[in-house]
Amino acid sequence: MADTALPQAVTPQATAPEAARKPLIEVRGLRMYFPITAGVLRRRVGDVKAVDDVSFDILQGETLGLVGESGCGKSTCGRAILRLYEPTAGSVRLDGEDVLAASPDRLRKLRPAMQMVFQDPQASLNPRMTVAAIIGEPLEEHTRLTRGEKLARIYELMDQVGLNRDFANRYPHEFSGGQRQRIGIARALALNPRFIVCDEPIAALDVSIQAQVVNLLEELQDRLGLTYLFISHDLSMVRHIADRVAVMYLGRIIELAPREALYGAPLHPYTQALLSAVPEPDPALEAHRRRIILTGDVPSPANPPPGCNFCTRCPKVMPVCRTVEPDLRELEPGRFVACHLYNQTAGITAAAGGSPGTDAASIQQGE
Amino acid sequence: MTEAPATLTLPRPPRSQWRDVWDQFKTHKGAIVGLTVFALILGAVLIGPLIWTIDPTTVNLRARNQGFSAAHPLGTDQLGRDLLARVMAGGKVSIAVGMTAMSLSILLGTTIGVLAGYFRRLEGPLMRLTDLFLALPLLPLLLLMVTLFREPLSRSFGPEGGIFLLIVCAIGATSWMQTARIVRGEVLAIKEREFVLAARSIGTPARRMVTRHVLPNVLSPIMVSATLGIAAAIITESALSFLGLGFPPDFPTWGRLLYDAIDQMQLYPWRVIIPGIAISLTVLSVNYIGDGLRDALDPRIRGR
Repeated sequence: MADTALPQAVTPQATAPEAARKPLIEVRGLRMYFPITAGVLRRRVGDVKAVDDVSFDILQGETLGLVGESGCGKSTCGRAILRLYEPTAGSVRLDGEDVLAASPDRLRKLRPAMQMVFQDPQASLNPRMTVAAIIGEPLEEHTRLTRGEKLARIYELMDQVGLNRDFANRYPHEFSGGQRQRIGIARALALNPRFIVCDEPIAALDVSIQAQVVNLLEELQDRLGLTYLFISHDLSMVRHIADRVAVMYLGRIIELAPREALYGAPLHPYTQALLSAVPEPDPALEAHRRRIILTGDVPSPANPPPGCNFCTRCPKVMPVCRTVEPDLRELEPGRFVACHLYNQTAGITAAAGGSPGTDAASIQQGE
Repeated sequence: MTEAPATLTLPRPPRSQWRDVWDQFKTHKGAIVGLTVFALILGAVLIGPLIWTIDPTTVNLRARNQGFSAAHPLGTDQLGRDLLARVMAGGKVSIAVGMTAMSLSILLGTTIGVLAGYFRRLEGPLMRLTDLFLALPLLPLLLLMVTLFREPLSRSFGPEGGIFLLIVCAIGATSWMQTARIVRGEVLAIKEREFVLAARSIGTPARRMVTRHVLPNVLSPIMVSATLGIAAAIITESALSFLGLGFPPDFPTWGRLLYDAIDQMQLYPWRVIIPGIAISLTVLSVNYIGDGLRDALDPRIRGR
């Protein structure tokens, strides 16, 4: 019902305030279901709805942070956008061209423009290839450089990510985690991509190295004009790097907002709970910090509850939440939230014009 | 300080991987001994007959069952044929059969294993084919193959060439299944690793995915299968010769020498011991070479 109406509703409004910047990536109604089979005949008895009707835009040169708890479908979403999985439904447009509908040949031509940095730098590098061979693989596949030119490009990339050129002959196991991630980043950069999916690039790294890698990513973005989808569960790191943040819960985006707005005044009860869990470095403030503690577990993505996915744990649950699925609505320009708390007042907010969504929220919460 | 010379002098260009492999191989003592022994055996088998020119099939009934002497360094057999010449001639055939049959079986096993492991659609048919071959009774099958194909093959490739081809194909076609199963299992595991996903995100097509990412990572089990396969092939060839399905009776192979000598084993034990030692040494040295090669091909072990 509202699912199909959503894309049309979202697109013009999302781009309107950013008329100068075109969206590079447009994701519409992306669904990634993994079949569950059972019995001797391996009949399909259900689906794990890892990504369920996700729509968003990423503007040229911006970083969209994608956060959520473990298992909510963040990584699957990133991989489905790059068509590393075959999504069940939806469309992903890279600069206007549909990636999901592209033929295998066409897809191969599109690959250089979109690359990925993986979570586990150890697992994402072939242990039997030298650093030069790993960084050179994209060049091998998509360019016709001579051996010398290729080597020059490999050295250039190693310089860019801060790897010593002498390391070219070494193997991945000889490096530390941070260095390995630099190799992975160099490989992703090899073909001058425009869009990079960073799939929890810092989750497997030492805290002391995380900042280095994130700063490297930011520096490369400034220098090369890259667009990132930065998937992470580290809220403070996302706050540092992202321009806009999308919050996922059980395969759906429940809130999408500019960074400061989201961290300053989260609208969705889940986002509020998530942000209240971030530790506060100041002990004086930490003592007075109020945490919203969610009870219960995340429902199975194979059998999500009817209505709002979050209704089983929501502290502000209403009867309507258990029956009607809320759709992602734009409350203020650029601020989207999927929650019935705001749906009821959406008309009022729109009529009031400048009245901020937080007021509407407090009215609701006061009831 | 340490940075300065690195930036001034040009960094070393990427070296060929085979140089690294050889450097590591050299540090494996067992492998070097194995390589030396194997080279000696090969030398003796290939160059030996040029120096020791007695024909291995000449029957000399007056010199039957002789011990070690200057005229016959390893003695003679029950028909007075020189054992040294027979061991050298037999080695040539046995090693050739072992190597070729092993290559064939590894080639078949690896191809089928990789295809079954990598391409989901092929998995069912190929693995059922493997099961079918595993379930076939080998001896009747070999018998059938020999009776059906011996004549036409002998006619077109000569008696020895025809039989060689037949035996190699027979052994190769009936010993690839274990390799296929092992390789398939390994490929299934490798396929799910993140670096394969990374290669997909680059746009590497399936054939290069297999040659660049999958095959190098399943090399260890293939190597082990290959070294064991040589031994198995030499022994199978002996068994076939013994059953009269292999080479003609006067045509020496190590297996045949062994079986010929079994009747009089108690009287002339060295006639069993000598070809036995030759087979064991070959198998052992090949195993050690394979061991060293496997270690040398793994960069994680290299340099330790």
